[in-house]
Amino acid sequence: MTKSELIDAMAERGKLTKARAELVVNCVFEAMTEALQQGEGIEIRGFGSFTVRPYKAYSGRNPRTGAPVPVPPKRLPFFKVGKDLKELVNNSRHLAITGGDDGDDD
Amino acid sequence: MTKAEIVQALYSKVGGFSKKESADIVDLVFDMMKETLGRGEKIKISGFGNFVLRDKRQRPGRNPQTGDPIQISERRVLTFKASQILKQALNPRGQSAAAGHDADAGARRTEGAAVDHKE
Repeated sequence: MTKSELIDAMAERGKLTKARAELVVNCVFEAMTEALQQGEGIEIRGFGSFTVRPYKAYSGRNPRTGAPVPVPPKRLPFFKVGKDLKELVNNSRHLAITGGDDGDDD
Repeated sequence: MTKAEIVQALYSKVGGFSKKESADIVDLVFDMMKETLGRGEKIKISGFGNFVLRDKRQRPGRNPQTGDPIQISERRVLTFKASQILKQALNPRGQSAAAGHDADAGARRTEGAAVDHKE
């Protein structure tokens, strides 16, 4: 499912126009992004929680050339799956994993 | 941030919904995502990240409390991969990059691409 498929599904199930559904979906993820930007965690009961984890600077490597690359300190979002969702996902093991179009682009 | 705060954001930023409607709609967003993941389908939210499903084989592990060896059963797990856009939003330019010029940015892009291939 992509974001646009989520918007379509929201429109149908929520009885909204697509334009409204798009505003809704964008608003939800923007609110979440803003919270994470402020370093604030997000807790959605039954779904999971997002936290921001600080990482120290380290020396990495350019995987193509092998040249050392300094990696500055950074903050990354981390998602912990909620218990209910974890079970729900595990119970889908008998089904093939699907996911719309292709690989893993943003 | 809790779901109530997301409801509040929806109520105040997107006009035309009552508080109750806003709450129901936010519930619906997460319910639909759960439903999707629950039928083995991954989710890609551009600009935010991907909720990816992975099947893990059975493997040996240990009870961390007692150290006893145990089998970890095969399972399907959910992981979240943040999008580059979200990662950049959490790391504003200039905040940490000491020598953050073009070469540095290029290296980071290459690194991101390599990480993506692992999936």
